[in-house]
Amino acid sequence: MKFYRSHILVGINETSLKAGVQDFIQTLRLELKKNNLQEEINILETGPLGFFGKGICLSVYPENVNYQDVRIEDISELVSEHFLKGRPLSRLMLDAAGKFSPILNYNKRIVLRNSGIIDPESIDEYIGAGGYEALEKALTQMEPKQIVDEVKKSGLRGRGGAGFPAGMKWSFTAPIEAVQKYVVVNADEGEPGTFKDRLIMEGDPHQLLEGIMICGRAIGANKGWIYIRGEYKLCIERLEKAIAQCREYGILGKNIFESGFDFDIDIRIGAGAYVCGEETALIESLEGNRGNPRWKPPFPGVKGLWRCPTVVNNVETLANIPFIIQKGADEFLKYGTPECPGTKVYTILGDVAHPGLCEVDMGSTLRTIINDYAGGMKKGFRFKAALVGGAAGVIIPDRLLDVKMDFASLNQYAAVLGSGAILVMNEHQSIVDILWSIIRFFRHESCGKCAPCRNGSEQLYRLITKIKKGEGTMDDVELMLLIAETMQQTSFCALGQSPIMAIRSAIENFKDEFITITSN
Amino acid sequence: MYKEICKKYSPDKDNLIYILHDIQDTHPQHYISEEAVEVIAEYLGVPANHIYGVITFYSMYSTSPRGRNIIRLCESPPCYIKGSENILRKMKIMLGVETGGTSKDGLFTLELCACLGVCGNAPVMMVNNDVYGDLTEDKVEEIVEKIRRGN
Repeated sequence: MKFYRSHILVGINETSLKAGVQDFIQTLRLELKKNNLQEEINILETGPLGFFGKGICLSVYPENVNYQDVRIEDISELVSEHFLKGRPLSRLMLDAAGKFSPILNYNKRIVLRNSGIIDPESIDEYIGAGGYEALEKALTQMEPKQIVDEVKKSGLRGRGGAGFPAGMKWSFTAPIEAVQKYVVVNADEGEPGTFKDRLIMEGDPHQLLEGIMICGRAIGANKGWIYIRGEYKLCIERLEKAIAQCREYGILGKNIFESGFDFDIDIRIGAGAYVCGEETALIESLEGNRGNPRWKPPFPGVKGLWRCPTVVNNVETLANIPFIIQKGADEFLKYGTPECPGTKVYTILGDVAHPGLCEVDMGSTLRTIINDYAGGMKKGFRFKAALVGGAAGVIIPDRLLDVKMDFASLNQYAAVLGSGAILVMNEHQSIVDILWSIIRFFRHESCGKCAPCRNGSEQLYRLITKIKKGEGTMDDVELMLLIAETMQQTSFCALGQSPIMAIRSAIENFKDEFITITSN
Repeated sequence: MYKEICKKYSPDKDNLIYILHDIQDTHPQHYISEEAVEVIAEYLGVPANHIYGVITFYSMYSTSPRGRNIIRLCESPPCYIKGSENILRKMKIMLGVETGGTSKDGLFTLELCACLGVCGNAPVMMVNNDVYGDLTEDKVEEIVEKIRRGN
């Protein structure tokens, strides 16, 4: 193995590809060679680095210096300053100290432990980082029941939003006798503001595959499906590559690790429908139908894909599995809170200094996440509110900034953790406006199967548009609450049950704004 | 041609979404025609009305001809608070179309969509398979001009 003085990690994502990252890397290589540094400095193409720039972002290890929006024209200066003279180039550094990286600076990581560090397109690097050890353990040293018990013991709760205990979900399906069972990965991430699953898959696709296979072994399935958004091109490419590499190495296919276990994984591409994030709608879509949710029970765990027992898990949930199996549930329990162990991956957006991706302990406060991981508010702005959990989430005002972010604590505020989006708004943003945008989203995405959601979202949109224009009254505001509450109680699936969250939190916490706009 | 595309997939109903993607991507006007629906219905052995149901359910499909380039601008909350409405207004003027319309030269169709999952760089749009982020009014003008010249 070769040793290098420094590693330049180059984040490859949609934005950097657009900014011409491939040409950039080529030029960087030539420049290093020109300075005779090619044996000392290594370039690593990797996944998300945890912060977003408008172009190409770099992290330099072990110095831990982060650069953003680097252009081809900057390369010669960068190489001569940083790598020849050893002085980081301050004008391109992420912040004054240049050390800010929410993803790389903190050690408490499970899901993102390899993200931004290994090359996501290389199975060898994943294996070098301890990858597929958990699978080997699960196949050769553990009985399926032991795997389920270990996941149960870990207290892992589903990371898709609902927070249902993962081990319990598996334990319903595992004992069922069936000719065929399936593992389905819900990677149809349509929640506005949420794209952590995309980054998890782009940064470390093998970890997800390993989680799927371990789940397959635990519940007795030999086929996995990844249902992924059609828009996620890079993600799809990386997963396809990872699957091909696994097949080549005999990690997918027949008799894996000579344990007698067969397993294969295929990708299915979605076509743009938010409701397909609901597990039964997703199954309908996988079968080639409209994504209308099914009546439950029977639950997918008993009758799912093609009426076979099916476990549907979110990407992040499955990405936790290799860690739990490799290191044991006790190690996992050291993270987070006793009720909600582990970590949570968030995307932080809006008016913060460094929008990005981070993984924090369950139960960290919203204030910590915004200040320590997103660098606080963007210069010159004051915090007004945060939309937590995407469109199906709640609007949290500053007096609740110290709320602990986990399933149990948020419940006390009738709030949800959702799928991990935090959209931060400054004092100039209008809550009525944002609520209008949220309701427009629900109206557009209602699948139309049930009347409360179909008609309710239309009426909500009509009312909020009227209020936004300044033509509404407080009676209209009250009526919105009534409609949303009715939808919550009578809608067929979670989509129609969700608008109440944003509406209630907006009206309760920012009533003044509604009074002002309706009395004009 | 439609038959050829169908044959790339086994005649199972669960391949329908794949076949629709493929047919739409291959068509120069990026849509699924009546003729295509009939061919698929016969190939998969499912009624045409089932296929129409599926096409109209998903936002990525279209049953009417579209421009050579499809612009999908995100209007979800993260893009909205970053000014996607202004971008939309600018686009409409620039292309001379309303939402869903195709420019006179047949080069562009302007559509809205919900969340492209690139919210870190909001406001965002997708032109065909390419994502463009951190949009400003000047930037969209540049992008559209560049594509226009390329055609």
